Formats: sequence, structure tokens, C-alpha cells
Amino acid sequence: MKKLVLSAMLAGLMGATAVSAADLNVALQDDPDILDPHRGNTFVGRMVFGPLCDALFDIDTSLNIVPRLVADWAWSEGDTVLTMNLRPDALFHDGTPVNGEAVKANLERALNLPESNRKAELASIESIEVLSDTQVAITLKAPDAAFLANLTDRAGMMVSPASFETAGEGGLVCAGPYKFVERIQNDRIVMEKFADHWDADNYHFDQVIYRPIPDTTVRLANLQSGDLDIIERPAPNDMATIQGDSNLVFDIVTGLGFYGVNFNLGNGERSQSPINQDKRLREALNLTIDRDVLNDVLGMGTYPPAYQPFSTASWAYNPEFDGGERDIERAKALMAEAGHETVSFEILYANNSAMQSLFELVQAMASEAGFNITLRPTEFAAYVDEREAGNFEVSQFGASGRIDPDGNFHRYLACGSAGNVGNYCNDELTDLLNKARVINDVEERKALYDQAQQIAAEDLPALYFYYTPRTWAYSAKLDGFVAYADGVLRLAGLKPKQ
Amino acid sequence: MLKLILRRIIVALPTLIILSMIIFGLQRMLPGDPIQTMMAEESDPQVVEFLREKYRLNDPLPMQYLAWVGNVLQGDFGSSLRTGIPVTEMILQKLPITVQLATMAMIMALLIGIPAGILAAVHKNSAIDYTANAVALSGMSVPNFWLGIILIMVFAVSWKILPASGYVPITQDFWLSIKSMLMPAFVLSTAVAAYLMRHTRSAMLSVLSSDYIRTARAKGLLSNAVIIRHALRNALMPIVTLATLLFGDLLAGAVLTEQIFVIPGFGKLIVDAVFTRDYAVVQGVVLFTAIGFIAMNILADVLYIVINPRLRHPQ
Repeated sequence: MKKLVLSAMLAGLMGATAVSAADLNVALQDDPDILDPHRGNTFVGRMVFGPLCDALFDIDTSLNIVPRLVADWAWSEGDTVLTMNLRPDALFHDGTPVNGEAVKANLERALNLPESNRKAELASIESIEVLSDTQVAITLKAPDAAFLANLTDRAGMMVSPASFETAGEGGLVCAGPYKFVERIQNDRIVMEKFADHWDADNYHFDQVIYRPIPDTTVRLANLQSGDLDIIERPAPNDMATIQGDSNLVFDIVTGLGFYGVNFNLGNGERSQSPINQDKRLREALNLTIDRDVLNDVLGMGTYPPAYQPFSTASWAYNPEFDGGERDIERAKALMAEAGHETVSFEILYANNSAMQSLFELVQAMASEAGFNITLRPTEFAAYVDEREAGNFEVSQFGASGRIDPDGNFHRYLACGSAGNVGNYCNDELTDLLNKARVINDVEERKALYDQAQQIAAEDLPALYFYYTPRTWAYSAKLDGFVAYADGVLRLAGLKPKQ
Repeated sequence: MLKLILRRIIVALPTLIILSMIIFGLQRMLPGDPIQTMMAEESDPQVVEFLREKYRLNDPLPMQYLAWVGNVLQGDFGSSLRTGIPVTEMILQKLPITVQLATMAMIMALLIGIPAGILAAVHKNSAIDYTANAVALSGMSVPNFWLGIILIMVFAVSWKILPASGYVPITQDFWLSIKSMLMPAFVLSTAVAAYLMRHTRSAMLSVLSSDYIRTARAKGLLSNAVIIRHALRNALMPIVTLATLLFGDLLAGAVLTEQIFVIPGFGKLIVDAVFTRDYAVVQGVVLFTAIGFIAMNILADVLYIVINPRLRHPQ
């Protein structure tokens, strides 16, 4: 105990690290949770895992799956056996090789560790067989279209089996281009270059420091003063400042996530309110929302209008489901048809300034057709509780977005899915989404998603308002910055300008 | 003296026990579930249930309380639900930071507040008095987040003479550490200095109008000697009480200032932990700061005796 206390005290005292020219300072919006890819929950956690933990696969800027620790791979006839050839030169930070046994041990850990949050992503695995040091075969219970996409993220990240017991609490030992040095909660996560990484030449900073800075103004001020090199998610209203500063660069790509509302269609008493009982009223509400105004006013032009669960970055996106101009007269007519002149309901949302402004605008827009909306901003933990308990009529609806379309649709709208808090259930739609899960052919899947979207557009269990942009601001002294739709920073090729 | 300190510690024990119950109970009265909050988008019912069992959240509250107190008595404050980091380690990581920030802020506040209070009292109803009062009033009313951002804009963004944010341990680079703490310590000190100034002024005014000061003056003592040696020493008593309490406040953390200057102190730690319902962290840190506060109170008692010899021999 004494030893632990002493070392903790030393760690605290020696905390920060001197800044040198070869350091890269990146600001995150929040402090990540546990640093173990199999147990982590947060989006900012994924940002930190990026340089620390190589995954089996990765994505390119067009969301295609590309090799990472896996050099090449092949599916069996029937898409149930995935044979992967590993890179022979990949090492964990403790010097042990990333071999077949390590891959098997990791996938089994992600599946069997009681606290693992990756179980659902890997649920289709039936068995894992190590064919040789560099070859692994995974047999699936049934074809799983999202399987490879899941292996590009935390489910496919490899942790040194020797550190399974200490991962998270005691520092993470992975196989990425940077290795963990220290973490001071709410202050910094420091990593240094791993010289033996197979692609080390492509990484140009000796040290990378991630600093959680929740306040957007403070993040920007630190970038302006030169204390930071890159900040994620600058506030939309700071965009003009950044673009007007020749020392800074603003970057934006459309992300995979979305914001909107979902309706309580079957979770307890509050699903009985008129808006949840009559889809004409939901259609009327939809007609009152002007997404372009949301984009202009809230996002300063950075919030692409959304009408479906798939953003324009996804192959499942179908422009036919977009559109639907604001039409107050038609909204009023629909309400009259449903027998209502005014309709009252409450929107539950997590209390922060972005959601507050969004729902105030929604409230004002909808009131023109006769909707009388009460806003219920609720502190985050209580909000999660209320949603689970079904104590809402209409609720904030958002997802950070997944590479595979399944993660944006099935999880939230299929019968009985974990993220379906409104208990919406349409068997036909669920059936289509289940079918789309087990087919690998993109065209066939897209056709299924189109049909499912058609049903969702009729039932309206949720409305989509805008896609979350992935915005960045960085120092003009950097070269080679590339933004990805998943919002995760990739450091390969990024270097100081010569 | 030692006896007095011991007696005060024994008196503080029941306070601590009641406090531990309040800290524990208030947390549990908040709506929201720590596991659900942590998992949010990713929630998996099986994992939720496992974690509830692991952290004994399914046990009756009194059992949870006793288990917590039992562990605390053995020096184990538990681990953060969110990060898995032991609470003791978190406290030890943040303690030097918070102590440094609080100490620097307190020194600045004392250096500004007490002289300003003395000057205002000595020059009562003069331009000096009015200026000191006006400055004190603004010190109390200017919001920390506003002052903090303005200071960053001026000293870090425009003039680039101070780092915009962050914390450098004093053992690593003494001057850089002091420099990085200057702005946050100043922001924190403004309100404290204002309180100290107001209290010094009124304490000095009442002492300056007392008979023995008039006698001292009549005996022909120099004005400065009267003010410093005779008046201030007596006026210091209430100021010491206030200063130790305010220092206790500073040690408990300063959320907004820490957030703006990105200083990983107690304030932000507790607020984040409350929002994520990270029970072990909230309980551990609040209990720890409560102990700190009680220690400050005992320190105040000791200082009384040092300043006022009459208290050394109670009748």
C-alpha cells in the first residue's frame, strides 16, 4: 500500500511533460473513461485508442475496409469462415509479437470478459482457430455483414495478453504506433513513439499528448496561443474566427452520427399520448421542422440536414428519403384530420447548451402549426434513467454513428434492441434489418435498407434533424492532416511543415 | 497545545461519522444509475448486471455504507467506476496541484486584501478607502470564468507571456510551474482578497476607535507602530478565522477556474464524478476534503493561541 501511495504521489508530482518541437498536443472535448478497448464506452476513448492500439482492420477516408494488423484476408464460400493472414512484423509495446495466439486470446477476452462492452459486436463468432503464427480463422454462426467493420474499431484492437490483468488501470500495452506513458485524469494522456512499430517511419512526432478541455472557447484560446496543435469539435460559432486566422486551419467532414427525436411508442404509460398514438401527428410535427434553419442558426452551416439514419458518408444513404419541405398548412391539415387543433407533448433531453438551443428552435417552429411543446432539460444521468424507465413522450435521439449501417439502424429501431428506448416494434422492419445483417453483398443490403427506410418513413418512430459534423481546427504549421468520417484522428503522415 | 489539538480531533470524530453518512446518502438520493450513465449508448444488459453486482449496487444501502466505511478505515477508498483508477491514487495525483493553487491564491489574496483593508481603515472615507471598496466589490462580483478567459486572451493569446492553460509540477520546472499557475491563482484570489479586505477594514476600524489605541497615541507612539503592533494584532483574530475557512474552501477545489485553465484539481474531479454518478470518487474526495476542512479549523484554533497570548492560560 505504502509503495502504491508513494508511486502515485511521484506520478502526481512528476505529472506533466516538457514540451518540445517534436510533440503533438491534441485537445479532446472530454476525459476518456477506462483505457481498455474491450471495456471502454466513450467516443473520446476511441480517439485515444487510435494511436495506442492498432486494430486488425482500419478504414480509409471513403469508409472502405483496409488492412492494418491483418495483411490480407478471405471469406469462405457462404461467408461464414474468415481467414486472416497477420503481418509478420507487428509487435506489442512489451516486445511480444502480435501472433495468431494473441489474436485468439484478444477476441476471446472481448467475448468473455464479464465487463466487456464488445460482446454484441463479436456475438456472431462461433470459434476461433489458430492455423499458424500468422494465420487465424474465425468461424461465424451465420454470415455477419458488420463483422469486419466492427474489427476496425475497439473490438478488433489487440492488447498484449501479458497485460490483460492490468489493462485500463495500470496502463495499456497495445500494438499501435505510440505507447502509453502516463495518464493524469482530467489533465493529460501522454504517449511516446513506439520505435519498433511496423509503420514507424510514417509517424513523425516523438510524443503525443491528449488533453481533455471541455470548454470550446478555452480549447480555441489554447490553439491560438500555440499551446495546442489540434483541437477537435470547435464550436460552430468559432468557425469564422478560425477561418479568419492565417495561423489556423478549419477542417470539416460529414460524420456518421445524427441528432433528432424519437417517440415513446410502447414503453409504459407515456406512450399513450396523442403524438405517440397517431402517426399523422408525427408527420405533422415533421412538416413543421425546417432543417435548413437548424443548420444555419445552430451549426452556422456545418449541420447537414438529416432525414434518415445514414449520413451522406455511408453507402446506405439514399437521397430519395431526403427532402420534405416545411409545410405548415399541410401540418395543420394533418392535425385536423387526426382530430386535433392543438397537440401538447413534452421533449426530454440532456441539459446542455447545444440541445437546449436545438429544442427551443423545434418548439418555436412546431408552435406555428399548433404544437404546444414543453421542454424538459434533464441532467445527463437522470436523463438516461428517465429514458430507460419510459418516463418520456418524446426524447432527444442521437448516435455517434457506426461505419456499418447496421449500427445506425438496427440498434435503435429493431424490436427489442438495446438502444430502442421507445419500444417501437415493427416485425416487417425488424425482419428486413435482420436479413441485412447476414448478407455481405452491398447492393443487396442497400435494397433491404431502402425497404426498411420506407417502413420507418411511414411509421415515423423517430425524426432525424442533422448529421453530426466532424470538425477540427489545427495549426497551419502542420502538414498531412486528414479528417475521417468516424471522427477519429489518424496520425499517419501528419508532420510539422518543413 | 498538544492536548488542545487532541481534544479538537476527538470532538471532530462524530462530525466525520455524520458527514460520511450524509455524503453517502445524498449521492444515492440523486436520480440516475451509475452503470447506465457510464454505458449510455453502448449499454448491454448483461454487462450492466455484472457491474451492478461487482460494485455491490444491488445490496441494501446500509450494507453498502458499512462496506464503504469498512474499506475506508483500512485505507481503501475504492476505484473509479469510469476509469478504474483507485480513488487514493486520484487524490494523491491532485493533492499537490490543488494545494499549490490554493496556496498561491491565498498568498496573493493576503498580500492584496490585508494591506488594502488596513489602508482603507486608516484613511477612512478618503479616496483610498473608496477605491479599495470599489476594487473589492468588483473582486467579489466579477465572474471567474469571464476574468479567466479575458486574462488568457490578453496574456497568452495576444502577448504570449504566460501559458494559456495546463499544469506543470513544481518538481519538474519551478518557474514554469509558478508561471502556469499565476493566472488561475490570481482569478481565484480576487474574491478571497475582497472578503479579506472588507473584514480587515471593519476589524481595524473597531480596534482603532478603542481606548487603548487612543492611549498609545497619547503616549506619543509613532502612527505606524500603533497600527501594526497594537491595532493589527488585535484586529487579526477574526481575519485568521476567515482566512483559514477561505483556504479550506480553496482546497476543496474551484470548478470554473480549474475548467478554464485546465488544471486537474479537486473541483473538476468532484463535479465530473457527480455527473457520472461515480459514487466511490465523490465519496472519497468529499470525505478527504472534509477532513482537510476540519484540519483547517483546528489550525485556526492553534493560530488564535499564537496570536493572542491571553488564550494560552484559560481561566
